[in-house]
Amino acid sequence: MKKLFVTTALCAALPFGAFAQDKPDTLKVGMTTFLTGSASVFGVPARDAMDLMVASLNEAGGINGVPVEVIYIDEGAGAEALTSEFRRVSGEAEVMLSAISSGNCQTLAPLAEDLQVPNLMWDCGTQRIFEENDYKYVFRTQANATAEMMAAVVYLLKMKPDFQTIAVVNQDYAWGRDSWDIFSTALKAMKPEVEVLGEFFPKFGSPDFSTEISRLQALRPDVILSTSWGGDLDTFVQQAFQRGLMNSSTFVLPLAESSLERLGSSLPAGHVVGARGDHYFLHPERRDDEDFKTFVSDFKESTGSIPIYSVFHAAQALEAMKAAYARAIEENGTDWPTEDQLLAAFEGLEFQAYGRPITLREDNQGIEAQLMGMSVQTGDYPFATLEDIMIFDGAQLLPPVGETSIEWIKGLDASFPDSVEAASYDN
Amino acid sequence: MNLTIFLLALFDGISYAALVFIVALGLTLIFGVMRILNVAHGSLYAIGAYATASLTSYVLALGFAPVLAFPLMLVSAVLVGVLLGGPIEWLLLRRIYNKPEVLQLLVTFAVFMILEDVQRLVWGTQPYFQASALQALGNVTVFGVTYTVYQLILLPVLAVTLLLGLRFFLRHTVIGKLILATTEDREAAQSIGIDADRVFLFTFVVGAVLAGLGGALASPTTSILPGMGADMIVLSFAVIATAGLGQIEGAAITALLIGLGRSFAVYVWPEVAVLVPYLIMVLVLLVRPEGLFGSPVARKI
Amino acid sequence: MTGHSTSSPRPAPGSRGLPLRSLLTALGVLALAVIPVMAPGLQLLVNLALAKGLAVLGVTVLLRAGQVSFGHALFFGVSAYAGAFCVAALPGADLVLVLVAGVIGAALAGLLVGLFVVRYRGIFFGMLNLAFSMIFWSILEKFYHVTGGADGIRLDRPTVLGMELGRGAFELVLFYLAIALVLGLGWFTLRWFASPVGQLFQTIKTNETRLEYLGLSPRRVLLSGYLLSAVLCGVGGSLMGMTQGVVTPEYVWWVRSAEMVFIAVLGGAGSVRGAFVGALIYEMVRVYASAFAGDIWQMLLGAFLLVIILFAPGGIMGILDGLMRRATPARAPARTKEAGQ
Repeated sequence: MKKLFVTTALCAALPFGAFAQDKPDTLKVGMTTFLTGSASVFGVPARDAMDLMVASLNEAGGINGVPVEVIYIDEGAGAEALTSEFRRVSGEAEVMLSAISSGNCQTLAPLAEDLQVPNLMWDCGTQRIFEENDYKYVFRTQANATAEMMAAVVYLLKMKPDFQTIAVVNQDYAWGRDSWDIFSTALKAMKPEVEVLGEFFPKFGSPDFSTEISRLQALRPDVILSTSWGGDLDTFVQQAFQRGLMNSSTFVLPLAESSLERLGSSLPAGHVVGARGDHYFLHPERRDDEDFKTFVSDFKESTGSIPIYSVFHAAQALEAMKAAYARAIEENGTDWPTEDQLLAAFEGLEFQAYGRPITLREDNQGIEAQLMGMSVQTGDYPFATLEDIMIFDGAQLLPPVGETSIEWIKGLDASFPDSVEAASYDN
Repeated sequence: MNLTIFLLALFDGISYAALVFIVALGLTLIFGVMRILNVAHGSLYAIGAYATASLTSYVLALGFAPVLAFPLMLVSAVLVGVLLGGPIEWLLLRRIYNKPEVLQLLVTFAVFMILEDVQRLVWGTQPYFQASALQALGNVTVFGVTYTVYQLILLPVLAVTLLLGLRFFLRHTVIGKLILATTEDREAAQSIGIDADRVFLFTFVVGAVLAGLGGALASPTTSILPGMGADMIVLSFAVIATAGLGQIEGAAITALLIGLGRSFAVYVWPEVAVLVPYLIMVLVLLVRPEGLFGSPVARKI
Repeated sequence: MTGHSTSSPRPAPGSRGLPLRSLLTALGVLALAVIPVMAPGLQLLVNLALAKGLAVLGVTVLLRAGQVSFGHALFFGVSAYAGAFCVAALPGADLVLVLVAGVIGAALAGLLVGLFVVRYRGIFFGMLNLAFSMIFWSILEKFYHVTGGADGIRLDRPTVLGMELGRGAFELVLFYLAIALVLGLGWFTLRWFASPVGQLFQTIKTNETRLEYLGLSPRRVLLSGYLLSAVLCGVGGSLMGMTQGVVTPEYVWWVRSAEMVFIAVLGGAGSVRGAFVGALIYEMVRVYASAFAGDIWQMLLGAFLLVIILFAPGGIMGILDGLMRRATPARAPARTKEAGQ
């Protein structure tokens, strides 16, 4: 790979060295994000963060003197509007960042490949994209569903090794189904004696989980998994809390980091919380760093909320882009990289936003550490924070390049949780 | 299925049905009197929920007791009915009573689209949750399963009260009789001196208040977020079409049918729970096109 | 809708439009045809609008019989999914096959649903259609392992008459195919309205009992029109699916059905040309509103619709007809009733 890279870089540098790309007036970047619809709980904070970060980047001189301009596309406006807008914007933008929804990533990744525009999948989780196809123009600047679910399983097995029964309440769409496939396959491989008492897939955006909660109270599972997010997760946790279900079962909520603030006192102590990566506004390895502190307080000041994982994912995409441009400019000794030089710079790129450093591996998938913790109400904040935090090494949670997730997981066994490198923190 | 599970499913079904019924009640009242299927009803429901959550949070932040959440629900519902329902009828619907039904429906659809964005502009996209009312009433345990008093007892009692109250209002008060007369024959009613315009305005405001009340009552149990109105409106359509358009008692029974169907599905075969309302609707309409309780002209209330 | 509509009975609609109208139509088609050369940025948008326009034409057909369906997205979706399953089952299936599979799917669904719904009129007709589409929607959402759930399934690029094309060439083919289908099916629908069956079909709006006195079954007449409308929606759905490369349950969601009725009324209820003009304008407004007004595009569309209904109930074609009449005042009276063809 490295050899290939060097060759590519040389090939790109030699013939074109003479006609170095002119510096554009602005570096236009297209970003698809949910401004409307239920997923705007992620999309709007991410856009706000992007505006903030781009403003401070431009203040500091932009990328090699070129200011960055972000054009936003609403993922909530429907598939037709999204694809036509993606095309229109990709005509003028040098880099596209898309998307939040896995469904939209599945539509836009092949489109970006056909349109030959570099595209960073900045938030969507589906592991299928790089397992089913090879891409030249598409990169993912964070982990995927496999790593996120494996972190949840490993953490659960380390913290609660004795549980016997589990039930699941997931949203009825690809993410809810796929994440349960990964989670249950992993459980079967690592702890085959666990019994699945119930599988519920209430429809996306369901306003009421009363019936599911009654049934769960009758079933009394040791562990209840829910990979839901946004309003669905809030409603489910609130209703479960009000009816005492959280006293009798341990909840595993791999996306609850994004709901901590809204849930307030309704998320009691002792439930597993995940963050789709090592994202936490009190990240134990980063919270004392100046850049991290400034970012969190700036974000709080401008939006009134703590930054959540989609905000950190947006930061990662921007940092990846900055790093790739810097690398391409430096390695080619040019003022502004050509598209090929830029693509070459993304290969194997290492960059860091507000978590641990991230690398892009050879199938363009990002390797990102995973943070899991246990909820606790300390009184320092009007909402739950985390204790017993573990940060897992991301590379070990992903299948080797070329293998599909489910096949890889099926080959694992009970020794896997201990083999994953984990850093532990009290809070 | 043993008796315990049967009863649990029954309780869940009833409390779900109560909420659906309250929303459908306003929709079917408006249709019964004005022959307009109000798509914007869903938005009024959502705005009722948002308004309640905001008002309650504001008032409780001033240090008042959580019990105050209950009167605030009514306040929000009336505000929605008067401030939104009134102008919608007054400025828009009034101009289109003699237009084809499809245009009337599209006007309410356009209002729905506008109000969806208005909600987002006013309340943003983050989900709201304001459960003070529900927490104030506490829990009750049946067969080892904990229910909230709010959902298990208060909502069904309110639904029945509203049903009986509206029945009494329409049949035994002067205004109610004026409404019924206008519903039967608008021209004849006008010829004996009934101001049909005012009757329509009043009916629409009452219907809108009921939509807002449905949202207000739902607000402590669920996250309030963009798009909640679009889901509710299809469900209430299913209820009132199955019942027979304009049928108030029918709507109550259909809501119960759909609520129970859904909760039993969750116990028996969770995968089909979403399908239940529409399946019931299609099956009923195939056998009785005018709905379970509808008369072929679908005008009676 | 149920006979108390205020619009006057429609005269025998024929293809004898005034020359100016034909001229404008020809100019319009020509303008569309040069888009890939003159304004390639609009090509995809117009392609999607034409696909949607075909579905709107399906709704328009029913409007001629005074019936409004709030579930016609059903056929749009059935056809798109039929195409997607076809490509998934036979990788490298041909575009013609995808289109045919879609149309057959839509026709079968139309027959099945049509047999039930032709017994009803007015609001019941609309609601029953809505119920069928919502059932199909729930099934698509629920049976995830077959249908891909809410994310839908991919509809990979089919071959074109055996040739594998790149995205650019394929889209060009789709674009001109859409124009050809719009012309062909638009012309066919106009002819159908003028045909004896089509005439009887439109009598359902004005005077259904007259049909029964003639010894004809209104249900059978309505069914024939219903099938035509289902097939038109189906063709639109197939085109949309192939253009998008992915089909999702959103194709069947009630808001999409409502949107079709919305566009039909926007263009001019009952007007064949209006269906396409309406779809083009709707898509433009929607895309540009969402691009330049950010998150209030829905509000702008809603306001746009209100203005049309309150101030120009004849829709865009009504406005155009008014302009045309003013342009040729001498011959106007003879043609007023042709409005909205």
